[in-house]
Amino acid sequence: MILPDMSLKSTAMRASTALERDGDVVPLEPSTKSVGGRVPDAKILEVSQLSLWYGSARALNQVSLEIPEKQVTAFIGPSGCGKSTLLRCFNRLNDLIDLVRVEGDILFEGQSIYRHDLDVNGLRKRVGMVFQKSNPFPKSIYENVAYGCRIHGIKTKPLLDDIVERSLRAAALWSEVKDRLQDSALGLSGGQQQRLCIARAIAVEPEVLLLDEPCSALDPVATAKIEDLIHQLKERYTIVIVTHNMQQAARVSDLTAFMYLGELVETGPTLEIFTTPRKRQTEDYITGRFG
Amino acid sequence: MTRRSRTDRAGKVFTWLCGGALALNLLMAIGLLALIARHGMAYFWQSPIAELTMRDGTALIGEVHGWEEVPADVAAWVGERRMRLKIGNRDLYGLDFRWVRESEVDAVDHPEDLVLLERFEWGNFYGRVSALRRAGTEIAAGGNATWASLPASYERKSAQREEIESLASGEIGRVNYEMEKIRLAERRAELRGHEAGAAELAAAIRAAAEMGARYEVLASQLVGMREQLKNETLLMTAADGQQKEIAVGDIVRYLRPNAMGWWSSTVLYFSRVWEFVSGTPRESNTEGGIFPAIFGTVMMVFLMSFAVAPFGVLAALYLREYAKDGPLVRAVRIAVNNLAGVPSIVFGVFGLGFFVYLIGGTIDQMFYPESLPTPTFGTGGMLWASLTLALLTVPVVIVAAEEGLAAVPRIVREGSLALGATKFETIWRVVLPAAGPGILTGMILAMARAAGEVAPLMIVGMVKLAPSLPIDGNFPYVHLERKFMHLGFHVYDVGFQSPNVEAAQPLVFATALLLVGVVIAMNLVAVVVRNRVRRAYATMAV
Repeated sequence: MILPDMSLKSTAMRASTALERDGDVVPLEPSTKSVGGRVPDAKILEVSQLSLWYGSARALNQVSLEIPEKQVTAFIGPSGCGKSTLLRCFNRLNDLIDLVRVEGDILFEGQSIYRHDLDVNGLRKRVGMVFQKSNPFPKSIYENVAYGCRIHGIKTKPLLDDIVERSLRAAALWSEVKDRLQDSALGLSGGQQQRLCIARAIAVEPEVLLLDEPCSALDPVATAKIEDLIHQLKERYTIVIVTHNMQQAARVSDLTAFMYLGELVETGPTLEIFTTPRKRQTEDYITGRFG
Repeated sequence: MTRRSRTDRAGKVFTWLCGGALALNLLMAIGLLALIARHGMAYFWQSPIAELTMRDGTALIGEVHGWEEVPADVAAWVGERRMRLKIGNRDLYGLDFRWVRESEVDAVDHPEDLVLLERFEWGNFYGRVSALRRAGTEIAAGGNATWASLPASYERKSAQREEIESLASGEIGRVNYEMEKIRLAERRAELRGHEAGAAELAAAIRAAAEMGARYEVLASQLVGMREQLKNETLLMTAADGQQKEIAVGDIVRYLRPNAMGWWSSTVLYFSRVWEFVSGTPRESNTEGGIFPAIFGTVMMVFLMSFAVAPFGVLAALYLREYAKDGPLVRAVRIAVNNLAGVPSIVFGVFGLGFFVYLIGGTIDQMFYPESLPTPTFGTGGMLWASLTLALLTVPVVIVAAEEGLAAVPRIVREGSLALGATKFETIWRVVLPAAGPGILTGMILAMARAAGEVAPLMIVGMVKLAPSLPIDGNFPYVHLERKFMHLGFHVYDVGFQSPNVEAAQPLVFATALLLVGVVIAMNLVAVVVRNRVRRAYATMAV
């Protein structure tokens, strides 16, 4: 059994030391659009009765969930429980897969993201994503970060330079790559590549950041760096993270949702889920009796 | 234990088998290249000239081109050796080569005063110089005196020859081209009817008269220059004492090979190589250079690449990225693969029927009615040959490009889409660059195939001798409707269609060597480009 409060504290401590150590971890300036006086617990994403089928196989069953703004929500559960599928519903990346059928709805800031006239590319700009395996484009480091901005029409060089630098600083990567921005991104280490992908995602200033097992391919040192980063980023972004690693969920998240076989079993503040789970299944999973 | 050792042995044998197969392949490739290179490169080397004194008292001068046993069907001389002697002097003897049996020869000598003249017409002349004449009067007589005064005369005449050539291909070529244009304008005006075209017709006739006058002036100038070119002659004595007067202006090169040291031989070797690579063919392709063929081959492959790259890549993009996988797409894919196996002559027939007759014929009727019945685009030419080859190689490019696209990981595409990029932006900015090296590999394969293809070209525009290059100084500078020469066809033509097979034989090897060289050079360029692209995008982190 893990002691979640301790691990939470230790992460917080590590985060603060990271701040002192890495002088370049400077949060982005607060964006003007989110200043509009939203209460901290205001829900930004609201999943209602969401079911999803791959062909005839049901991957999600009647999932309902609220995700609060500027908090870290973790999805945990055994492999194949549908947590990644649910995550990919938030930016409609499941659309790319043939034979996917969705019922129910997801509201993003009160608006349905499954309505017919929705601009999917606009949605994906506001809901960024970082994948399980780092996937930098076969371009230079600079071009990787600038890619999203170029797509969305920013062409002036000084502005791009500024965005690239701020994004790389926010992803705690600037000091490591500032002298080789024009080198291929594929020459970076795995952890650096993953932070580059985070920088790339936040360069377009999304409101929500979806992290799909971002540390599963990384060593412990790189994992710690990413976790520190998550703590920094939640000042600015709503973060939804899928993870296999329960200690990680305990360390980084404010809220945890436990999923099992396509159903949402239990959701609540991380501390409660890990100390006093209400459902038997949750407790079994957390204590390692299955999964 | 025994089982283990048995499989070990089998593995060892298998390894040797694989290695042996590879070695055999390498050996064949190297052997092929070495054979071509040896024969091709030997062609330019000047061997000494022999003077043979025969038992019957006559004499022969020539180059020994190898020995062999007298074949069994020449019963009287079986068991004897004979040599192939290049005696040249085709204007005197009719043949360049003759067989000489060893028993006929009394003595062989290599005197230093034997002279080899390479001529623009009639091939080589072997003999001795006797006198140099200008306008009938002797200005030098005797072997060495004539030889000493030859360089000055040669310089004068080769300068004059250059002048004539620049006049003929420059000024007169332009006037001819203008006259042809005027003739076409006249015809066009006629076709439009007397009412509408009357003014133009009159203008054209005026212009034609003007041009005709200019042509007359230039032509008479040319005739005068040609006469002047002939006014200095060299009196040569052949082996059998026959004398022959040869205009100095007709001489390409004069040498005394037996008196040359290794340095001047080497200089001669490279000057011949240069002539071969940069010159135009003479004497129905058995002499001179093959520059037009090199030019035609390279230009055709380039045009083909420009045509095939966009089509192949776009088709592959549609098949791989847009089309929904299903029976139809699979059928198309199989069809594309099978297309790569269709014999090339079939593509040639298609090119003739579709490009030349249908499209070319239509273009002629619509845009060049004035030159009919002489076809402009309605006959084989550079453009149609390139397009036919593009058709031939498009399956190669499609298959390679599809594989290149398939190798781009799905997660990279998702990364782009997750940033809000559209599908097109993702393909254009991420997928295509990442698939670039694969696509270029396909292009390399296509170019290699196209450069070596001969059969289909024979019916869509390749000719034995093209009068002019597809690019020249006359507007619009690039003439894609023109017929062209090609190295592959040149090999066939020189080797098997030549009136002078024995003289042409070494040329077959030299041309083949050059063809291999050109293909390798083009491939190397493509490989270098691909490697640069690959470095720019590094390798995909799969």
